[in-house]
Amino acid sequence: MKLYLKIWRQKNTSTKGQMVDYTLDGVESDMSFLEMLDILNEELISKGEEPVEFDHDCREGICGTCSLQINGRPHGPDSMITVCQLHMRSFNDGDEIVIEPWRAKAFPVVKDLIVDRTAFDRIQQAGGYISVNTSGRPVDANAIPIEKDMADKSFNAATCIGCGACVAACKNASAMLFTSAKVSQFALLPQGRVEAAERVENMVRQMDLEGFGNCTNTGACEVECPKGISLENIARMNREYLSASIKG
Amino acid sequence: MGVLDSREPQGPLADKWTKHKNEIDLVNPANKRNIDIIVVGTGLAGGSAAATLAELGYNVKTFCYQDSPRRAHSIAAQGGVNAAKNYQGDGDSVYRLFYDTIKGGDYRSRESNVYRLAEVSTNIIDQCVAQGVPFAREYGGLLDNRSFGGVLVSRTFYAKGQTGQQLLLGAYAAMNRQIQRGKIKSYTRHEMLDLVLVDGKARGIIARDLVSGEIERHSAHAVVLATGGYGNLFFLSTYCMGANVMAAWKAHKKGAFFANPCFTQIHPTCIPVSGDHQSKLTLMSESLRNDGRIWVPKRLEDAQAIREGKLKPTQLGEEERDYYLERRYPAFGNLVPRDVASRAAKERCDAGFGVNKTGEAVYLDFSAAIMRYGKEKALTSGMKDVDDDTIRDLGEKIVEEKYGNLFQMYEKIVDQNPYKTPMMIYPAVHYTMGGLWVDYNLQTTIPGCYAAGEANFSDHGANRLGASALMQGLADGYFVLPYTIGDYLSDDIRTGAIPIDSLEFDAAEKNVKDRLEKLMSGTGIHSVDYYHKKLGKIMWNKCGMSRNAKELKEAIKEIAELRKDFWENVKIPGSPNGKNQELEKAGRVADFLELGELFAKDALERNESCGGHFREEYQTPEGEALRDDENFKFVSAWEYMGEPSDAKLHKEDLVYENIKVKTRSYK
Ligand SMILES: Cc1cc2nc3c(=O)[nH]c(=O)nc-3n(C[C@H](O)[C@H](O)[C@H](O)COP(=O)(O)OP(=O)(O)OC[C@H]3O[C@@H](n4cnc5c(N)ncnc54)[C@H](O)[C@@H]3O)c2cc1C
Ligand code: SF4
Ligand code: FES
Repeated sequence: MKLYLKIWRQKNTSTKGQMVDYTLDGVESDMSFLEMLDILNEELISKGEEPVEFDHDCREGICGTCSLQINGRPHGPDSMITVCQLHMRSFNDGDEIVIEPWRAKAFPVVKDLIVDRTAFDRIQQAGGYISVNTSGRPVDANAIPIEKDMADKSFNAATCIGCGACVAACKNASAMLFTSAKVSQFALLPQGRVEAAERVENMVRQMDLEGFGNCTNTGACEVECPKGISLENIARMNREYLSASIKG
Repeated sequence: MGVLDSREPQGPLADKWTKHKNEIDLVNPANKRNIDIIVVGTGLAGGSAAATLAELGYNVKTFCYQDSPRRAHSIAAQGGVNAAKNYQGDGDSVYRLFYDTIKGGDYRSRESNVYRLAEVSTNIIDQCVAQGVPFAREYGGLLDNRSFGGVLVSRTFYAKGQTGQQLLLGAYAAMNRQIQRGKIKSYTRHEMLDLVLVDGKARGIIARDLVSGEIERHSAHAVVLATGGYGNLFFLSTYCMGANVMAAWKAHKKGAFFANPCFTQIHPTCIPVSGDHQSKLTLMSESLRNDGRIWVPKRLEDAQAIREGKLKPTQLGEEERDYYLERRYPAFGNLVPRDVASRAAKERCDAGFGVNKTGEAVYLDFSAAIMRYGKEKALTSGMKDVDDDTIRDLGEKIVEEKYGNLFQMYEKIVDQNPYKTPMMIYPAVHYTMGGLWVDYNLQTTIPGCYAAGEANFSDHGANRLGASALMQGLADGYFVLPYTIGDYLSDDIRTGAIPIDSLEFDAAEKNVKDRLEKLMSGTGIHSVDYYHKKLGKIMWNKCGMSRNAKELKEAIKEIAELRKDFWENVKIPGSPNGKNQELEKAGRVADFLELGELFAKDALERNESCGGHFREEYQTPEGEALRDDENFKFVSAWEYMGEPSDAKLHKEDLVYENIKVKTRSYK
């Protein structure tokens, strides 16, 4: 396949970026999207040019590092996958592909296609944990039985990989889907109930401080989430937040 | 140095750890505030160690090269984590877990370490559940278990096919709590480039801020390396792209012995290589072998017809298939350990029975399991006279419950539906049992430098059983290192903060800067990947699933030549003063080019077959590995003496007081 790529190039956070055109030939359909970029980079290096920088690590859809906006969609055209799981068989010979970094005020561009998502870490530091001593001797695990249904729901929320596609998909750059997944995981478990009110208040406060936008229930986040995190979590977080503020 | 003191406590095996904890020196809680610890790596080992050390009161600084600690490679672990809980009542015990692990490792691990691992394994599950890790549950609300290769009990705890993710998020959450409390300072997108020794003790690191390019000095009273494994040496592997040996290798160059570098695990169930452009291989969890049956066609002409696309696997009847693991190893069948399953797959493919275009794939077939589960479901739901299609549908749903995300992963990569047609799998490099040599306290041969998780050589011997790396990482991090390190740090309560403006830090920083400059000054035309791929080919072809003296000698020579070429001809664009991924890769590959040679040297030295190390010269008439306990029942620990070829071998003899060393058989 021959492809026409338009890629966002930006030297660092403080300089301005721009779209640059590249033509790439010899792309095979069983390559992953990132392998296609590897080949482009090999070509650029052999010409003495700087390769396009993009974030990636596991290349199997689980670390949440890869983060490309492809033809306007986070993680590209296919649903329920990350960019590293996207394969070139989803494209045709002669296609033009526009590749950009996540766009959100709270995710400043680091270089080229790499953005800074440490805001997500800070949201979790604000309360995304259960305050149990790690050096202690906790009770026997089976002494805390959990209804399978609840355990599964909690697990489903916990599968969020922190990629940020939900923010990139949202016209308000809201981080509600991400934050609510984290809140839900703990809210659904008996171990997490004890400090539930404090947790949701702190995490939501931090989310706002980081400069993420508001949720206007558009649902674009759910559509683009590679792990199928459901909007139910946002509803649950809202309920948790409401009851926490009434109590508070 | 020169003498390896494993510092194993004396006395009965079952009492060693308790006795040791009672006898080692402790640091008073008030004094812990005056002690700083650097933890490099935030995977399961580093994350759990950092959280616990901070919980105990030490000041901790963590480092990782990813943008968040949560993205460490532990996140990718699929299948599960072992613990001797015996919740299933199938006869499991601490002793049995200990025994299986030692045997699975082909009697090349340290008895006391493995016993301790089995002993603390039960605490891991308690700890993680308390932290909110959502393990799989049964309908009664209790924890569910499954079994893994190489054992006959169900002791593996799991969270669908995402166990590593859930465990890592647990450790990360525990870290976050300590970050919030100000006890951990987390440095992300930072890479450790050197270890700093003051008066022979590890006292700090030199790190590069991967965004600004700045070279930084960080000091501490002790340094913990939890930087993962070095399997990326092979270029193609199941590791994440950034996995590297840099930190361990730098420590090795400063005096830490490197143990058993040639013990590498080749995992039997990975998605096969499809072409030259491939950048990584994807694992299909071993837990699939609980339900999937492995086979190739019985007849060569069928295999050929399948390769040419003229025949479909589903067209072959039972009697036309060779379930070679069930045939060769009736007791364990599809659940034999990884080294055995991998070699058996290679043997069939080498004999011409491979089933994909390249002839390097075998089938992992779920149809029997789908029908079995379907029938069971139909019965338990009171359905009568159901046709095969309905049974199949019911069965597929159950299989989806268990392995759905793995099946989805497979389909995305291969573009085939594994519910309808058997998966194709082939062995791939997956885990490194070798690593920095450590004593019972997890201290390397450099005082104050510790190694945890996959970065140390410790508990797995020559082969690692499934679900035991997560166990070891968390055992080291939550339950072992935080206590054993106190023994060393108790001497440091009056030392005060370690200054970073010393001659030692000056020298280390200069070293690092010189090396970066040298890398950037290459004038050739080849990219870093060009060299990495070449190295990977040498490693896979000559130091891979089977090895022989002739090829190992060739590999040693070829790697040394490639290294020379690399330093003369590698081309790195851009500048070191800012984000530069090519430069990051170059530093990692430069280390692999040294480690690779030591790896081959170690493999050449070990004139026996054991675990992941299969020397063609040493096999039984049936093609099974032939171990030599008389001459090789030791850990090889290499001391750096300049070039890898000059490395000096030290041997730690392995003493088995509680276990009878037997031939490993799964027949
Ligand atoms: C696909 C896959 C599936 C697996 N499934 C299982 C399973 O089911 N059960 C099981 O028990 N095991 C499994 N394993 C093995 C297990 O996941 C790993 O052995 C284990 O997670 C390693 O943990 P770790 O903490 O030692 O290292 P890692 O998780 O690899 O962490 C390494 C850390 O070191 C950091 N680092 C490295 N170098 C530097 C440097 N120079 N400077 C700064 N930071 C650095 C990294 O940023 C990272 O934070 C699997 C492995 C893979 C690849
Ligand atoms: S909610 Fe989905 S899209 Fe958002 S960070 Fe989590 S996995 Fe990514
Ligand atoms: S690289 Fe890990 S999710 Fe894509």
